[in-house]
Amino acid sequence: MVPADVFRFTLTTFRSNRLRLGLMLSAMVIGVAAVVILASLGEAARRFVIGEFSALGTNLVLVFPGRTETSGGIPPLVGEAVRDLTIEDALALLRSPAVIRVAPINVGTAPVARGRLERDATVVGTTADMLQVRHMKMAEGEFLPAVDPRRAEPVVVLGDTMRTELFGTEPALGQWVRIGDRRFRVAGVLESAGESLGIGLSDAVFIPVASAQMLFDTPSLFRIMVEAKSRAMIAQAKQDVIAIIRDRHDGDEDVTVITQDAVLQSFDRILRALTLTVSGIASISLAVAGVLIMNVMLVAVSQRKAEIGLLKAVGASPRQILLLFLTEAGLLAFCGGLIGVGVGELGSQLVQWWYPVLPMGAPVWVIPAVLAVALLSGIIFGVSPARRAARLDPVQALARR
Amino acid sequence: MIQLEQVDRNFMVGEQQVRALADVNLEIAAGEYLSIMGPSGSGKSTLLNIIGLLDRPSNGKYRLAGRDTTGLDDNEQARLRRESLGFVFQFFHLIPRLTAAENIGLPMILAGIPAEQRQQRIRQLLQDYGLTDRADHRPDQLSGGQRQRVAIARATVMSPQILLADEPTGNLDRASGKEVVRIIEQLNNNGITLIVVTHDPELGRRARRQLHMVDGRIVEDSAGEHAHGSR
Repeated sequence: MVPADVFRFTLTTFRSNRLRLGLMLSAMVIGVAAVVILASLGEAARRFVIGEFSALGTNLVLVFPGRTETSGGIPPLVGEAVRDLTIEDALALLRSPAVIRVAPINVGTAPVARGRLERDATVVGTTADMLQVRHMKMAEGEFLPAVDPRRAEPVVVLGDTMRTELFGTEPALGQWVRIGDRRFRVAGVLESAGESLGIGLSDAVFIPVASAQMLFDTPSLFRIMVEAKSRAMIAQAKQDVIAIIRDRHDGDEDVTVITQDAVLQSFDRILRALTLTVSGIASISLAVAGVLIMNVMLVAVSQRKAEIGLLKAVGASPRQILLLFLTEAGLLAFCGGLIGVGVGELGSQLVQWWYPVLPMGAPVWVIPAVLAVALLSGIIFGVSPARRAARLDPVQALARR
Repeated sequence: MIQLEQVDRNFMVGEQQVRALADVNLEIAAGEYLSIMGPSGSGKSTLLNIIGLLDRPSNGKYRLAGRDTTGLDDNEQARLRRESLGFVFQFFHLIPRLTAAENIGLPMILAGIPAEQRQQRIRQLLQDYGLTDRADHRPDQLSGGQRQRVAIARATVMSPQILLADEPTGNLDRASGKEVVRIIEQLNNNGITLIVVTHDPELGRRARRQLHMVDGRIVEDSAGEHAHGSR
């Protein structure tokens, strides 16, 4: 038999029984659409989280004071003296050829007031380089001045929400605000940046790191953000950071260094695995659809006994009968799969429409994979009905009217 | 052409063994016109099915065109059915969802003959049997006589040497029946070996050679009384 004829003959079986066709197709359509939508959701979650992390900056290395030991055992009774991470430590990191910018960071909460208006705000002490390291943009004025970070300049940059809450529509640049018991002049306002990992930059104010140390009366930094020269230099930067700090801290490695890349990669891995798992679970519905195909095909074989007997009488070999019925099951499953992919994509668009934040879109491998699984389940579950048809005794099949 | 030697065919009906054919010896030459008659259950359809390779003998030998068929597997038998044998049934057995032309072309599709060649041959047969204007009709849009003519066209589309007809007029009115008989006898005149199984003595008597069966045995073979019917 010519393959084209096998398909044409199979198509005639579809037009003869619409209800059967609809039933079998819908089972497969639902299963495949579920896989596509769930895979899209998983992928959207991955892209969302990765996007949030990337928005933090590029090629970042984060330095935290204190060493996170994961080796277990009893914690020492006499506390290990953790040295403070200082502005000098941060500046020393610039010695590494792999580092282009550092932004020491100090964070605290303090009341910010203008006249009788007062708001509690997150106060971030940092340096001029923070603007580039953290990929922030200015709406008005300038960011912190690029002077010696050890100088406690009385300037402040406001997040955009803070600006409207304190100044409304009045001009803010050059005005004075009070933070804690000190006065700061407004040098600039940040562009609205939305949220990033739950930290609203709009609600924060930025002051020079030395001012923040005085305000919060602490010589220690909360962390240091280090930007490596390029992606390839990240590992080098991390090594240098550790070496420089150890050197400055009398040989103790008392900081924890995390690269943004490593965090990104582990999130990427976790969320990919999640997508795969969810899609895998949804694929079980394809097996269910396969079982339905098997049942309907078995009914078809007993309904079409006379036809099978006739096909044998006019010279169809058992192999050809097998091929015809397998093609029927496979084609049904595959067509159902194709429609299911369409429905799934439509569903994804709908979710996207409801939650525009989620970057929906099935990963590329999903569509060929789900179609292959649909086809395979059709064929596998088609084997038993097809074999029954192939083995049918033509004399008995033709005997009944 | 066809040689059966001591052919038995046994069925198990419940616990009991039924002998549908018992020790049948038969030789049919190419081009013969043979009728098989007998009461219901006499084994005449079983004999036809064995000759048509739809059934296998329980014992004995069946040689078709000099070839022993008992050793052939299902796929080889299917090939022989496709190329050497044509079937016409009482109930036509057309596939209801296919048009007349598609039904006729079915054996050629199974044989893997390309579409162009098929169309030519189908058109020829439609013309021969006066069905040209019925080519795109489905079986339920055709009269009984037309359906049987489609079935005959399908049986002869591969130009087989043997045509097997099981009560070909059993489900037709007199006029249509006559037309069908005329067609298959014409085919026999052109050289095809024609074997007809029937209840109808009038149809049976038309054959040059007549077999009578009772209880799975051939009790009468007109070839023994007259000259051999072979050419």
